[in-house]
Amino acid sequence: MFTAVAVEPPREAAFRLLKSNAMCGIVGLLAKSERVQQELGRWLTPMFTCMAARGPDSGGLAVFHDPVDVPWRRYSVYANDRQYDWSSIETSLHNDWNGDGGNGDSGNGARLRSIENHAVVTVALDREPFENWLGQIDATLHLLSAGRSMEVYKDQGEPADIARRYQFTSLTGSHGVGHTRMATESAVTPAHSHPFTAGEDFCLVHNGSLSNPYMLRRMLERHGLRFDTDNDTEAACRYIEWRLQSGVDLDGALQLAFRDLDGFYTLLMATDRQLTLVRDAFACKPAVVAETDEYVAVGSEFRSLAHLPGIDEAHLFEPAPEEIYSWQL
Amino acid sequence: MAAIGADVHGKATVLDLAKQSLREVNSVLHGDAAQLASKHLLVLNPAGHHSVAVGMNAPAHVEIQGHAGYYAAGMNRQAEITIHGNAGCGVAENMMSGIVRVCGNASTCAGASAHGGLLVIDGDASSRCGISLKGADIVVGGSVGHMSGFMAQAGRLVVCGDAGTGLGDSLYEAVIYVRGQLFELGADAQEEPMTDDDIRQLADLLNRTQLKHDPQEFKRVASARTLYHWNADAAQEY
Repeated sequence: MFTAVAVEPPREAAFRLLKSNAMCGIVGLLAKSERVQQELGRWLTPMFTCMAARGPDSGGLAVFHDPVDVPWRRYSVYANDRQYDWSSIETSLHNDWNGDGGNGDSGNGARLRSIENHAVVTVALDREPFENWLGQIDATLHLLSAGRSMEVYKDQGEPADIARRYQFTSLTGSHGVGHTRMATESAVTPAHSHPFTAGEDFCLVHNGSLSNPYMLRRMLERHGLRFDTDNDTEAACRYIEWRLQSGVDLDGALQLAFRDLDGFYTLLMATDRQLTLVRDAFACKPAVVAETDEYVAVGSEFRSLAHLPGIDEAHLFEPAPEEIYSWQL
Repeated sequence: MAAIGADVHGKATVLDLAKQSLREVNSVLHGDAAQLASKHLLVLNPAGHHSVAVGMNAPAHVEIQGHAGYYAAGMNRQAEITIHGNAGCGVAENMMSGIVRVCGNASTCAGASAHGGLLVIDGDASSRCGISLKGADIVVGGSVGHMSGFMAQAGRLVVCGDAGTGLGDSLYEAVIYVRGQLFELGADAQEEPMTDDDIRQLADLLNRTQLKHDPQEFKRVASARTLYHWNADAAQEY
């Protein structure tokens, strides 16, 4: 769990919030060409920082790349201390798990790659034993994501600063989603920032606010699910992933979500195989899609897409309410 | 009135949002009305910037060369503003007079609460087009999204394509003309027969916008006025 003290929005931010529409920014980019894959971060980062105008208090990005082979997994781990020393974690990882052999995504054995307070751990361990092991090594660390393809970076603070700190421009991959947050319904903390993840290789970002997240939570808690925060988006994320676990595909899960989620939402989701976008029945929260032969780009506003190469020839449209838009890899 | 897009002679003043701040560009557009009269101004590289050419009050011709962000040409008075691209939310919101033309599509709330003037959207308009319309005319070449004309009080909304669900909900005295398909109408909106006066007005509007449609093909939607007075016996209807 995150242990950072929950920081209420400062007075100035609260005032700004009163003056403007409650907002957040969402962005996503799916590469159809090798070129865009190689430059995913370089294309996606300006989309992300542009949308800081809609969400200046926190930011985050999930990127999917180079899936590791089963039984390997990739885990994103967050430390509260920006200057966290990862060397002892790395040593324990090598001592405890290097005997497994096998290949991860960049060499042999279990490994850890860190940048400031984020680390990506590659290890041949399922989620539950990994979480148990991590908790024993350092209980203050938080697991941000699990899967074979996904890695997640998110934190509280200026999105441009977050992008610079975690070198978003250098990321490569098949697709990614980002979020800039202007908190309206729960505290501003790293844990409350998006993307939210659940299960493996599933993440979700949200612009809007739900009015029944506690009903969803109570229902899901009865089924044994546990929550990291009191955030409404986390409820939506865990709800949809719970539906996926029950055996329906994402389209089926979203049809049920249209029925069970009450409130305003534009949701952008990604799995290792697809990027999916929906808006609520009233389409209260914006989204613009630009599609070319090379990419599919999604942004809350056109200005976040304006810099993209080929945008003048792109097929541009606004998604309709309660329609499911999916792009497969 | 001259047809929109008529040639404007003389050298255009070029404003470039890639080189100048929005405030600099808009302050030129807010210059002395007599000096701006009949001037031709080009705004380059709008790149989805919000609030481009808001608050104009001069009979100038402005061409925005690309996609505009939110509130483009909002509160317009007198100016003829053409957006050669798409427009974000609230294009020409609260317009008082003049003409705004969007050559592409418009996002939600196009022409919201506009009091006067003419808004033309060549493509589609999204949801809530003409919400709370207060006297302006809006002509959409394509279709409009759900809840268009919501609580529209005065003016005309012309839709050459289809109209989404909830059209004209809680309509006051604005009139809506739809050429294409009508889906479920909003509360208190009803389809009515076209009168000779409707045909005349519509022909005039279509002529001004250079959209070539036969006024006879349109349907009229107006308020049934059942919500004008409180009905204590039908409280559940409100």
